[in-house]
Amino acid sequence: MAKRIDVSDLNVYYGDFRAVEGVTLTVEPRSITAFIGPSGCGKSTVLRTLNRMHEVIPGARVEGKVLLDGEDVYGNDVDPVNVRRTIGMVFQKPNPFPTMSIYDNVVAGLKLQGRRKKAELDVVVEKSLRGANLWEEVKDRLARPGSGLSGGQQQRLCIARAIAVEPQVLLMDEPCSALDPISTIAIEDLMQQLKERYTIVIVTHNMQQAARVSDTTAFFTIAGTGQPGRLIEMDATQRIFSNPSEQKTEDYITGRFG
Amino acid sequence: MATDLTEAASRPAPISDSLSGGTLPRWAPLGCIAGSLLLAYLLAVFTAVSGTAGTLLVAAVLYAVIQSGWSFSVEGRRHAKDRLATTLIYSSFVVAFIPLVAVLTTVVIKGLKALNPIFLTHSMRNIDVALPGGGVYHAIIGTIEQVGLAAVLGIPVGVMVAIYLVEYGARGLLARAISFFVDVMTGVPSIVAGLFVYTGFVLTLGYERSGVAGSLALAILMIPVVVRSTEEMLKLVATDLRESSYALGVPKYRTILRIVIPTALGGIITGALLAVARVAGETAPLLLTTFLSQSINTNPFTGPQASIPVFIWDQIASGTDASIDRAWAGAMTLILLIMVLNIVARLVARLTRVK
Repeated sequence: MAKRIDVSDLNVYYGDFRAVEGVTLTVEPRSITAFIGPSGCGKSTVLRTLNRMHEVIPGARVEGKVLLDGEDVYGNDVDPVNVRRTIGMVFQKPNPFPTMSIYDNVVAGLKLQGRRKKAELDVVVEKSLRGANLWEEVKDRLARPGSGLSGGQQQRLCIARAIAVEPQVLLMDEPCSALDPISTIAIEDLMQQLKERYTIVIVTHNMQQAARVSDTTAFFTIAGTGQPGRLIEMDATQRIFSNPSEQKTEDYITGRFG
Repeated sequence: MATDLTEAASRPAPISDSLSGGTLPRWAPLGCIAGSLLLAYLLAVFTAVSGTAGTLLVAAVLYAVIQSGWSFSVEGRRHAKDRLATTLIYSSFVVAFIPLVAVLTTVVIKGLKALNPIFLTHSMRNIDVALPGGGVYHAIIGTIEQVGLAAVLGIPVGVMVAIYLVEYGARGLLARAISFFVDVMTGVPSIVAGLFVYTGFVLTLGYERSGVAGSLALAILMIPVVVRSTEEMLKLVATDLRESSYALGVPKYRTILRIVIPTALGGIITGALLAVARVAGETAPLLLTTFLSQSINTNPFTGPQASIPVFIWDQIASGTDASIDRAWAGAMTLILLIMVLNIVARLVARLTRVK
């Protein structure tokens, strides 16, 4: 189910501005890969290029290759809609669809893709909500609006929504930055369970979080304002946080960045 | 020593250590109102100021000055400004409210003379304009049909243009051009829309003047209003929602249909119905396109058809006492009709509102 991602020599532009330069990395299946780095270093941008979500932003374009199990995500005959069905995404701010109930939120992806057999959807709802550790909390109020949940519950609802379409890869863009520590722990535990079945890539500003949850860590930075972001180093998380090979990485994780 | 003194003088007044300061008594606003009314009355009696409106105006100015001055001496500068601003805002509210109430009371008082069940259920066919009797029924039918058709023609076009502008145009050349022309259309005088349909639909294409010609003119007037209100509502839908829908592998058109529009639906409906209410009162374009009729014509596709605004215009133009009473009753009918529409709009908006 989980797939491997190979990025080679990736450049991302917003209009004329080169936001990311020369990124080459590999994301292993059934693992958690964390992207860390200062604000504006391009880690979210790289994350978005993995499922072509950057195309939503006017003027954004990409050079280089992103391979999903060897298949080029940017190939000529590739439909971005299919890419996004395969590579799901969870955003920074919990954003359940406001017009929909909890139930409808979970099956939104399936329904909007045209699958609407009630029995099938019921199964998916329970499975996804259980998968997101939310089932016990919401099973009695599935018909209530999703926006009535707490922030942490909403984020888990968004994760349930993302895994309901059974993607191969789950991208998470700072999924805990709007949440309190208890909800954060809940999501981190959930990620540990999800990695059994999915490839997970997470962008985080919280280095402790990267150290706690990820198997591999990639460190991005920029040389200065207006400069493109670069991948400095990517290695096993333990090594990045104990004995990184680059001085810049060490400066950043020990707080001497600036 | 001397430098110390100038320095002390140039420094701002020290902020009081105490948390409490001077406060005007609770009755201060009412007291000031009473005081300034009395003063204005005395001024009116003993000086050249005359008339109720003049006295009230003087009282309002006096009130602002007295209360701010009193507050400044007791409470300090910030509270005085606060009270002055409060006074200005409330008086603006009153000033804005007066014409509304005046129009409404005039229409109700004059309209009730001729407004009765017979008026609402009969046409003007075979009625002598100089005599009481007859009614607005034919015009109600005409207005409902013409405005309804205009809504059917105009709202989908307006909503779809707005969807293009917000979701697809992305500030491109075409989108900017459309946006510009929508702005221009907003400013087109309604009679020009009527002339356009008259020359195009009636003279050039050779159709007769009918309800549907009026609907075309009204639709032209509705479209820019619908575009603008829908555009604003669609822009309010968070980008996050679109992105999370795309991230689920949902195609763009489905995202728009199932996520964006439902989220903005309440606002879109309100905007559309307000546009409907706006064109329901148009007279000039209808005179050119639907013409006049004193009889019931339920078919908007053939022959002249009456409408409430044209009915009002016609009755006023007839100039007899009875017809002027009918014009006021027609005006009241129109206001009631639009009020019902507005209430429906608000109810729909509330029912479809995002929980």
